Amino acid sequence: MSALLASTRAELLRLRRWPATWVLIGVWFALDLAFVYVFDYIAYRTGEAAGPADQVPRAQLLAGLLPDAVPVAAVQGTPLFGGAILLILGALAAGSGFGWGSWKTVLTQGPGRGTAFGGTLVVLALTVVGLVLATLGLDLAVASVLAAVEDQPATLPSIGALAEGAGAGSLVLGMWCAAGVLIGVLTRSPALAVGLGLVWALVVENLLRGVADLIGGLAVVTDHLPGTAAGSLVGALGGSTGEGTPGVQTILTGGTALGVLLGYLVLFAVGGLVLMRRRDLA
Amino acid sequence: MTDTIVRTDALSKRYGDRLAVDSVSLTVRQGEVYGFLGPNGAGKTTTLRMVLGLVRPTSGRAVVLGGAPGSPPVVGRVGALVEGPGFYPYLSGRDNLRVMARYQQVDDRGVDAVLDRVDLRSRGGDRYSRYSLGMKQRLGVAAALLGDPDLLVLDEPTNGLDPAGMADMRALLVDVAAGGQTVVLSSHLLAEVQEVCDRVGVIAGGRLLAEGTVAELRGATAVLLRARPLDLALAVVMRVSGDDAVEVVHGGAGDALRVHAGPALIPQLTRELVSAGVDVLEVRTVERSLEEVFLAMTGAPMTQPAGGAR
Ligand SMILES: Nc1ncnc2c1ncn2[C@@H]1O[C@H](COP(=O)(O)OP(=O)(O)OP(=O)(O)O)[C@@H](O)[C@H]1O
Ligand SMILES: [Mg+2]
Repeated sequence: MSALLASTRAELLRLRRWPATWVLIGVWFALDLAFVYVFDYIAYRTGEAAGPADQVPRAQLLAGLLPDAVPVAAVQGTPLFGGAILLILGALAAGSGFGWGSWKTVLTQGPGRGTAFGGTLVVLALTVVGLVLATLGLDLAVASVLAAVEDQPATLPSIGALAEGAGAGSLVLGMWCAAGVLIGVLTRSPALAVGLGLVWALVVENLLRGVADLIGGLAVVTDHLPGTAAGSLVGALGGSTGEGTPGVQTILTGGTALGVLLGYLVLFAVGGLVLMRRRDLA
Repeated sequence: MTDTIVRTDALSKRYGDRLAVDSVSLTVRQGEVYGFLGPNGAGKTTTLRMVLGLVRPTSGRAVVLGGAPGSPPVVGRVGALVEGPGFYPYLSGRDNLRVMARYQQVDDRGVDAVLDRVDLRSRGGDRYSRYSLGMKQRLGVAAALLGDPDLLVLDEPTNGLDPAGMADMRALLVDVAAGGQTVVLSSHLLAEVQEVCDRVGVIAGGRLLAEGTVAELRGATAVLLRARPLDLALAVVMRVSGDDAVEVVHGGAGDALRVHAGPALIPQLTRELVSAGVDVLEVRTVERSLEEVFLAMTGAPMTQPAGGAR
């Protein structure tokens, strides 16, 4: 246990000082603010009260910008760009050490392989949860300011709703992050891992879904792919933003999506751990 | 407690159809500097990786500090630098060592101490990626020294160091061994091994060809004699030291006799030669260099640092 704590502290030190970590976190916050608040607020301010039929009604836009919509709004980006960003983080965190030779150095320090790698997993898990909580906090602040500016009631979301949002966001981001870690360990190359991971998450899953429409039994498989499960879990949170947000889906029920996501999370993390313990580090 | 620090038993590693390490059985004893000598591709690094538990042997086994290679209690007592340093490029040298100190659960104070030992303290705050080759290498040795390990495994630690840096590194290794730590050092530099190692294992083509002290490997000293006329001298020497103890060697300064005998024989030998009417041109003792030993064993030439083997 103390060895895992030591490995966690070591990994925390080096990931905290890594510019790449902060770049990715910064990109997440920038995208979150832009797509959840900035663009919708501009659309709301510039839109006409009775806009064209194909546009989202102004009232609905405004509702999505207010504090009580935060639990849904803050995590609506997790299935798409949030997942991609965390996949990159996981792939870089686990994959870079092979090329740098730092894994080799770390694994001759003292903790066992599983423990040392466990430290990385713990730090990434903490990063994911911290990131989701910070996002909820930031979005609550922004939404409260908007509510004040627009003279709207600043009704805060319930703790239960916040917890649900935080849980769903953490699970989705954590699953993609673990996927990145596994690909990083598999390829031992951060560049290849990031490339392959993004191609899968952004392209292949969508293509497969298209193919499933043509071939009968394939839908069972595509309905349970990581991206589908992630989108379905966030979709199950409901709210005004559910439809039309890229990546958010309603294919699986919330419960099923939760189970599938947990399964993937464990599979990816344990897969990475087993590989790391077994393989030659040459 | 046994005084054997590392013992490998028919350790082998196969990559595809290439046998990188072939039944290597070696022994490293407590407190010695063990030199692992061999040409490029001999299997030095692969053997050390197996000793460290980074690579699984195809067959055979190794016992390190009484335990299995790579098991946490063993790894915690071993410091290693294998096939070049590996660090986080974006961290400073000092921060890199602080990360490793956390993994080892040792105090940060040890970091400055090891930076001092490899002469990097003043540059400890610079980013690792901006270090010169030699500085990176020294940081690798510093990381190996961190936490005062009982066994230090260094794979070509003087790689990339300038002559002064090499001399410093050798002094450091001797110093470390004097403090009771055991050092395993791989090298393809004969001078280095000859200078600092107590015992040597010679490896080529994946096989351990010989193991012993430097003196054992070089064999006994010999006496080199140049005299005229040579055939008369040969007859005298054969009478003094026995028929088998002498051979004719062909050198640049003309033929000479090589007598397998210690320096104690020289006074008697010269007296007999002079009284037999032989002109003695030169008498000196010669030691086989490790290089000659190596050439005799493998037939492969070895690289030499500037200045050559002693
Ligand atoms: N991961 C690997 N995959 C395939 N072959 C390998 C691998 N590692 C080493 N080898 C082969 O094993 C042999 C021994 O390599 P090793 O690195 O142990 O040599 P070395 O004695 O350390 O040489 P050098 O002095 O050049 O460092 C070489 O033929 C090498 O090509
Ligand atoms: Mg080598």
